[in-house]
Amino acid sequence: MPEKDSTSSKKLIEVNNVSKAFGENHVLQGISLSISEGETLTVLGKSGAGKSVLLKIIVGLMEPDEGEVFYEGASITRAKEKELNTIRTNMGFLFQGGALFDSMTVGENLNKILEAHTDLSFEEREQRIRHSLQLVSLGDKLDEMPSSLSGGQKKRAGLARSIVLQPKLILYDEPTTGLDPITASSIAELILTLQTELKVASIVVTHDLPTAFTISDDAIVLDGGVKIYDGPVEGLSNSHHDHLDEFLNAAKLDRSRREKIIQKAKKEKIE
Amino acid sequence: MNVLSRLTLRHILDKIGGLAMFSGRFFRSAFHPPFETKELIRQTYEVGVRSAGLVAIVGVVIGAVLTMQSRPTMIKFGAEAFIPGMVAVSVLRELSPVLISVIVAGRVSAGIGAELGSMRVTEQIDAMEVAALNPFNYLVVTRVLACMIALPLLTVYADFLALFGSYLVQSIEAGMSGSLFYHTVMSSIEFADFAPGVIKTIFFGFIMGIVGCYEGYNSEGGTEGVGRSATDAVVVSSLLIIIADVLAVKLTVFFFDVN
Repeated sequence: MPEKDSTSSKKLIEVNNVSKAFGENHVLQGISLSISEGETLTVLGKSGAGKSVLLKIIVGLMEPDEGEVFYEGASITRAKEKELNTIRTNMGFLFQGGALFDSMTVGENLNKILEAHTDLSFEEREQRIRHSLQLVSLGDKLDEMPSSLSGGQKKRAGLARSIVLQPKLILYDEPTTGLDPITASSIAELILTLQTELKVASIVVTHDLPTAFTISDDAIVLDGGVKIYDGPVEGLSNSHHDHLDEFLNAAKLDRSRREKIIQKAKKEKIE
Repeated sequence: MNVLSRLTLRHILDKIGGLAMFSGRFFRSAFHPPFETKELIRQTYEVGVRSAGLVAIVGVVIGAVLTMQSRPTMIKFGAEAFIPGMVAVSVLRELSPVLISVIVAGRVSAGIGAELGSMRVTEQIDAMEVAALNPFNYLVVTRVLACMIALPLLTVYADFLALFGSYLVQSIEAGMSGSLFYHTVMSSIEFADFAPGVIKTIFFGFIMGIVGCYEGYNSEGGTEGVGRSATDAVVVSSLLIIIADVLAVKLTVFFFDVN
């Protein structure tokens, strides 16, 4: 595990005391985190814990009610559209469903971004696109329409699109949700490979513990909009926090839980 | 549930306010790069060429039906000779622009509402935003401009076909020759009958485009929301086109001195 050294490595993203509420529902309450170049951070929490909202605030799709987000010291929260767009060319974002533009082929999806942000020639673009698709093992899907891809392939294609501009940071929104365990672990493997090969920093939002253990060094856990854990992933299992234990137990392959639940249900029925 | 069954004052004001702000954003963005010319051409083709068949049928039917309906009355008054002129004036001034606009709005607004709505729901619009691709310029500006370009052209096309439909009826029922029909029509219409009808469809095109985009771009609530966007787009755009038409007729009388 690499030593955390904030003096030598530059802070890429800093989230300062961010809060967000939708009506009465306080989704995030005073969340802070930071990530340096090449680092990986996992944000864990059950559905509705505010994980995706946090990602959307980091990338400027949502405005926080309070607090601020910085990218290399420049405020994302207060940036004008033009500045924000410049910052965004350094970031990749993998959406839950891949969010491929479905009127274009997979190749055109990647090309659209290269065309908009680089001066590369047609041949250079094609080379970059092929390379990105090969990294996610979709080299043969260049001319396919998104509708003909499976769920896992869509995510991989979305990932290829996120890395085509060679960003410094990739944000993953539930990269393994809705996939079978084998495909999920292959996606986790892919994320780790990309981190090692491209040296990008990543923030991964997930409720999938095996993925978190595979891909990251550090994790934070959100519950009810509050940060209840911040530290190395190995420390998760002995933190002795109620919610965290519940979270970890739910992910275990434990047959005895089945008996407990059945007994409880039977008892309630009798009463 | 559609717009008409949710007609509370607050809802109407919300919609008007939202549409006004969305339109403002359209005018600000339309003159700023990136200009998505390729996408504009594709969308104009989508709105124009893909609606041409529907418009052709409606056009011929408008002319033919109007002629058939008015023949008995006109004959009773001994005004059979005025039929082509009367039909031409009604078609060019009012029937063709408004009917074509409402019918094309049904097809195009709903299509745009559903397309952008499902892009919103599947996070494609967010993905464009995050990739700094200016989704508003790429999706909204191109579609609204495409409607403003295509609808006047479709109207002119429908004008000709409606007159052709009228001629068909006249030729079958009264044995009228093509050249007589042509001369009767040309002697009874003026520029002021034709131009305002076409010009106002530019505004109707704006309405159908902006309403469709507004509903789709702001779609929420999953698949059900997409359906609502499509329905609302049709209802609101048809309604606004008809209201705008009243205004357009007033302005036409004022500017063109039609009598």
